[in-house]
Amino acid sequence: MNATTPLMETGLAVCAPLNSSNLNGGQKLAVKYFSTAMILFIAQLLFGLLAGLQFIWPDFLFGLLDFSVNRMVHINVMVVWMLYGFIGAVYWFLEDESGIEIVGLKLGNIAFWVLTGAVTIVVLVYLLVQTGPGNDTTRWLINEGREYIEAPRWADIGIVAVMLVFFYNVAATFSKGRWSGISGVLTLDLVALAGLYTAGMFYSTNVTVDQYWWWWVIHLWVEATWEVLVGCIMAWSLMKLIGARRQIVQTWLYIEVALMFGSGILGLGHHYFWIGTPEYWLTIGGFFSALEPIPLVAMVVHSVYDSGVHKFRSTNHPALAWIIAHTFGNFLGAGVWGFMHTLPQINLYTHGTQWSASHGHLAFFGAYATIIIAFFYLAIQRWRGGVWMGGGLADNGWKWKWAMGLLNLGVMGMTVALLIAGYEQSFIERAVEGSTWGGYFAGQNHPWFQQAMNWRMVFGVMTFAGAGLLAWDLLTIGVGETRQALVIEEH
Amino acid sequence: MNPSPLWSSEPFWKKVAIWVTGGSFVLLILLTFDSMSKVSAGSKRVPAYSVINQAIDYRFDKAANRYMPVIGGEEPLFGKKLTEAEAEALVALGKKTMQAKNCMNCHTILGNGAYYAPDLTKAWLDPGWIDEANREAQMLAFLKDPPKHARTYGSGRRMPQLDITDEEAHGVVAFLKWMSTIDTNGFPHNFKTLTAQE
Repeated sequence: MNATTPLMETGLAVCAPLNSSNLNGGQKLAVKYFSTAMILFIAQLLFGLLAGLQFIWPDFLFGLLDFSVNRMVHINVMVVWMLYGFIGAVYWFLEDESGIEIVGLKLGNIAFWVLTGAVTIVVLVYLLVQTGPGNDTTRWLINEGREYIEAPRWADIGIVAVMLVFFYNVAATFSKGRWSGISGVLTLDLVALAGLYTAGMFYSTNVTVDQYWWWWVIHLWVEATWEVLVGCIMAWSLMKLIGARRQIVQTWLYIEVALMFGSGILGLGHHYFWIGTPEYWLTIGGFFSALEPIPLVAMVVHSVYDSGVHKFRSTNHPALAWIIAHTFGNFLGAGVWGFMHTLPQINLYTHGTQWSASHGHLAFFGAYATIIIAFFYLAIQRWRGGVWMGGGLADNGWKWKWAMGLLNLGVMGMTVALLIAGYEQSFIERAVEGSTWGGYFAGQNHPWFQQAMNWRMVFGVMTFAGAGLLAWDLLTIGVGETRQALVIEEH
Repeated sequence: MNPSPLWSSEPFWKKVAIWVTGGSFVLLILLTFDSMSKVSAGSKRVPAYSVINQAIDYRFDKAANRYMPVIGGEEPLFGKKLTEAEAEALVALGKKTMQAKNCMNCHTILGNGAYYAPDLTKAWLDPGWIDEANREAQMLAFLKDPPKHARTYGSGRRMPQLDITDEEAHGVVAFLKWMSTIDTNGFPHNFKTLTAQE
């Protein structure tokens, strides 16, 4: 008895535990970012649920956690967890892609804790202090009051400092090791990404000038530099997951960069239709933003074709499934949903309605949440010592499959509900009533709008359930797995 | 192995990516310089802050075939004519208050923000204020104690108490009046102001 007990314990406890000695330096940093990202993802959904409920019960938490606070935390935490996910993904493949050890592991660790400390303080201030008097101190310490980049100025400076450390780690590691097409594009993209953030770091009384530069950050992040960043991440993951050839993924990456920046940089103009900027933006913004879906079509073709060529044989089924969800989600959410209301002739009526919320939900989830989740699975696989994650997982892998189904169906359901609300607003509030406050509320009080808000809530709860299941799956997948991961050579 | 044809050649697409990106960015910079010169306060599209001394309206313009702001005769805000510097200071206080109170995470401003409360682009001209004589007083009272003067239009949605001071409320009204003069290329369309005659 005494002789067998330790063995049994060993059998249970030692089979594929999380062990950081399975990770290289960059990956040790990456799993810190991924773990925090997952926690923030859950927080994002929680505050989304609160804000969604307030559409149905306006008195819910009134005066305590008002809609403005919940909504701000909902979108801010989203931006932050996605940045964590991207930073994590880059650190994940940094040593593999550069061929050497990360140059500034210690510095990277410090930067992680500084960023996480800052994020915690910012969110606590959002929740507990919420607003301040109309002066500069409020903008520096409490809240900048500009959608998506509400973080007070002190935190902006901290974010830039942390991004510089990240950039140093990436650029210096590649310089010391080896460069590749992927790392070249990635490094230049990070310069743009960090530089653009500073465009949002000044005050202007002129609201047109304010919003002009504000869009430089928001649009040129999510519709240009973030897209190219996920292009790099996807290129690397297709090589690792299915053994796609480097030359093929890199050629595609350059094509995507050309199409993405070629359409996305001047596509910025679709935010300049109605903010006071000159009329030529109607033409420029309409034309170039209408081209924005093209690179996303290219991504779908490329990933599905490559997966097919490799007969869907992959080292990590959940990760590959989420990569494919990413390409379709990016195309549908960012491409199709964006295109639907991007021309000024329709945008005159859809601007500032739930159309944007519908597009936002599907685009952020489809383009960004999905690929980060794929990396969560890559990370957990390696963290457990490179265990098997192909077919025939324990319990038939029901948790990851259901989590994926619930998350995708939930977000798609919210998107469609919000789209219906957006149609209704465009017709009733904008076209018929002419956008007065009376017109706005005529739209909000209409049964079509209210039904849409109820359905959004139902699908929001479904999304949350999916995220809960995802968290559970990430904690348990691969536990007790004795098989090693499939080895795939480039072919 | 045969060399790749041009359409599948990695170096070719690398060059294309660099030139397209660079070219787009240069164009954006040039357009930005032009736009900035056309939207500075005091330009045709974005009037000077002292425009709050004048009567404002928003009407369909037959020549432009869209709605345009109409700047009329003298009608000083709160009955006091301000210099350009005084007007700018008041509008700036309003702008800072709108940021500090996080207005944009319920309302939209120039159509951007959240969708829980009405757009503020033409709030100064909204027929909800009923007539010009009481507009300023109503706006001030509402801003200083929104729950007490709730304007829910049957939706049940109220604006929370944001501790806006009397001074800040004056600033916000000035900002809203100034913002309503910006030429927004006809957004919102079909908007009937409180002075519109049927």
